[in-house]
Amino acid sequence: MQTFFKDGVERDPATQRSEAIFRSCVHCGLCTGTCPTYQLLGDELDSPRGRIYLLKDMLENDRKPTKDVVEHLDRCLSCLACTTTCPSGVDYMHLIDHGRQVIERDYQRPLPERLYRSFLARVLPRPGLFRWLLRLAPLGAWMRPVLPKALKAALALSPDRLPAPAGTDRPGVHAPAQMNAGGTRGRVALFPGCAQQVLEPEINASTIRLLTRLGYEVEVLAASCCGALTHHMGKATQAEATATQMIDTVLNAHDRAPLDALVITASGCGTTVKDYGAMFQDHPAMKARAKQVAGLAQDITELVTPTDLEASKHQDAMLEGMQVTYHSACSMQHGQKITTAPKTLLRALGAQVREPAEGHLCCGSAGTYNLLQPEIAGQLRDRKLRNIARTEPSLIATGNIGCMKQLEKGVEVPLVHTVQLLDWATGGPRPHQLDGR
Amino acid sequence: MLNLPSPRAEVLDRRQQIARDLRALLGRDDLLITSANELKGYETDGLACYRTVPMLAVLAEDTAQVAAVLRYCHDNEVPVMARGAGTSLAGGALPQQDTVVLGLSKMNEILEVCAENQTARVQAGVTNRNISTAVDDLGLFYAPDPSSQIACTIGGNVAMNSGGAHCLKYGVTTNHILGVTFVTMEGAVVEIGGEAFDLPGYDLLGLIVGAEGQLGVVTEVTVRLMPKPEAARPLLAGFDSALDAGACVAAIMATGRTPVAIEFMDRPAILACERFTGAGYPTDAQALLIIEVEGSEAEIEIELAFVEAMAREHGATSISVAEDIVSAENIWKGRKSAFGAIGQISPDYLCMDGTIPVTKLPDVLEQIYAIGDRYGFEIANIFHAGDGNMHPLIMYDSHQPGVLDRVEDCGAEILCVCVEAGGCITGEHGVGIEKRDHMPLMFSPEDLEQMKALKRGFDPKWLLNGGKVFPLTETGIPAGQIDPTQGLH
Repeated sequence: MQTFFKDGVERDPATQRSEAIFRSCVHCGLCTGTCPTYQLLGDELDSPRGRIYLLKDMLENDRKPTKDVVEHLDRCLSCLACTTTCPSGVDYMHLIDHGRQVIERDYQRPLPERLYRSFLARVLPRPGLFRWLLRLAPLGAWMRPVLPKALKAALALSPDRLPAPAGTDRPGVHAPAQMNAGGTRGRVALFPGCAQQVLEPEINASTIRLLTRLGYEVEVLAASCCGALTHHMGKATQAEATATQMIDTVLNAHDRAPLDALVITASGCGTTVKDYGAMFQDHPAMKARAKQVAGLAQDITELVTPTDLEASKHQDAMLEGMQVTYHSACSMQHGQKITTAPKTLLRALGAQVREPAEGHLCCGSAGTYNLLQPEIAGQLRDRKLRNIARTEPSLIATGNIGCMKQLEKGVEVPLVHTVQLLDWATGGPRPHQLDGR
Repeated sequence: MLNLPSPRAEVLDRRQQIARDLRALLGRDDLLITSANELKGYETDGLACYRTVPMLAVLAEDTAQVAAVLRYCHDNEVPVMARGAGTSLAGGALPQQDTVVLGLSKMNEILEVCAENQTARVQAGVTNRNISTAVDDLGLFYAPDPSSQIACTIGGNVAMNSGGAHCLKYGVTTNHILGVTFVTMEGAVVEIGGEAFDLPGYDLLGLIVGAEGQLGVVTEVTVRLMPKPEAARPLLAGFDSALDAGACVAAIMATGRTPVAIEFMDRPAILACERFTGAGYPTDAQALLIIEVEGSEAEIEIELAFVEAMAREHGATSISVAEDIVSAENIWKGRKSAFGAIGQISPDYLCMDGTIPVTKLPDVLEQIYAIGDRYGFEIANIFHAGDGNMHPLIMYDSHQPGVLDRVEDCGAEILCVCVEAGGCITGEHGVGIEKRDHMPLMFSPEDLEQMKALKRGFDPKWLLNGGKVFPLTETGIPAGQIDPTQGLH
């Protein structure tokens, strides 16, 4: 597609990169076919192609973001279904990231919105603070009628029951449960995650049990947040600071004893960590380190193999014949292009794995999206739940805490993280979500 | 570069008033787009080299709104253009400066499925693929499958009488439409056709399908559904030369044993699509045929053996058959993404859509390559070979000054070759803006006058989807349009 940047005007590297991305788009419109917001809203401007066009026009003319442009870009879930669909290979992810950063830098949001956004950016990445605030949530329920819409959405998503913090999330090294003749299977680092460890500490606990059972040494890192949440809000400085901390922590652990992988159990984080190289491409001092960490990052379902599981499968064969509907998080299927591994693992344990229709469509969670765009997020959730219900599952598995929280209040059947099932079927405890079933 | 009609200044002058009136008419704000930034998003479609920011855009939610907007535009002499998903490769959804874009993409509901009669009634903004998805559980599908089917709307398919890879066996859009809800420019809502084939009276459906949004706006469509075949399997046959592949297609078609689809790709296309899907296309081949057969296992075996023998006879250098459903889906995904995938090797392309008699394939291909060489453009060929519907994609870089004129000249020569070979200028994409000036290649002034007379019957003020299909007069006004000051042009 033709671009109309003015000749002789100095452009920053990010804009130059965006221009190259615009040039790779041929405006064919296939992306509209799989874009969740376009499915719901039917407005070109709420489709990837429309957003590309809005951004292109804004950058070409060196114009500050305006309210109408911001509105359409804000509605983007960053689910990246469009990048899976796009035959021209348009790098929409980095384009929308750039757009969000320009908005954050050059656009003055109305005060309540600004406050709410910085509140989320401050609280969610800090497990201690987040947990403390969630304890106050029941109090908020009293004030519900007088709360603004966005806060109501936040309250609606707060869990009914707050789990106690898990001891396993403290930094430390977990030795492998069994030693092979040749030593350990390997040494991996696990970062406990920010919101995840507060909302569902069992995910990390399961991961540690599973990996040590398979013969891995697991070092739990002191860093909690990868920067994804703030990165997706366009808060580049904050995201980079958090990511720098993460990179340093991972590489320190790597220096102590070489790591084979950085294990990630929230696919939302995985997409960002694997892309650290791009986040720091304009920072010469950090670039190589960022790339190194990105190269170490692996989703738990990439690290574990079907052979591993078959060798460690528990004799009671918990998952044998069980109808498991697998909900693939967007960050898993579109962000990291992991489409088969989780299902293959569940099948190796005997589960009957099904996928819902419209599996490519986002459930509306999308980082902080369900807190910022509750209406669209709600419609997407309902649509996802209808599609899941049609598969008649006895269990739903997914690999991202955001999706779990977005969907769990609307389903009758238990919803668990994939790793909880892998752990259970190889000798770990029955996932607590199955209690009383 | 084609001339676009000059906007009617007196319409532009009334922009504010028209916006106010439309807002009042719709009774709400969010269906009307007025800001310059946002309107820009509606300035083009799949033919991105032509762009015109429209005056206003309305996103209608139901037939009543469409009727109200059309009635208003008719009464107030405001040009209007219906738009589906904006995937037209011929500029079918290119607006003019004085135009109200009437978007139908919000009307995306499947209204009714009748499994017994194998029909579905859907809103015009439903995507082609979503019809098939909705009836998949019933063992049915909607047969015409344009490559943009995941995005393009049934309304747009009706307007352009779209084809697709599997139309070789199943026929094109017009063979699968049973009825439409049609809104006239005056705002009357008319039901045309019904739920069965061949109703009494004039075949008005035949008139509406393929009318390129020139006669009225279709808001609902009753489509015929087909039972899904028991199974289908594509075969990939690689050739050392495009000419061998072309000869193979002609030979297969001459036997009368029609496969479901015969698709052709040449080397640039093979490489681009393989990079996108990894479907296993032979990257060392100069040309590839994707030939699909369907039916029971026994039928498939027999037909595959036949196709394979034909391919070998014509010098196929590699032959492979899809192993399972996943690999078959990948093969089709690659083919259906082909135009977009060209974006990986060229920043811009112009897609031609000429048809030719199948027997002329090898000869025409040779001429196309020669024309490309003469102009210095690389041409990727991807097309529905079985029914002779060519899609030469002329690759270019829009940042080279003056390049578009040369690209269009190159395209025009290719279309001339198609017409000379006994074919026509458009197989399935429609005339739109892109092939407007080539219409005289095919039609005499008398032919064109008959078509214009028909349009005037539906749209006397010449307000619908202006500047398309018919060549402009020297004064830049669509020939056939009645100018209130000067009478008939």
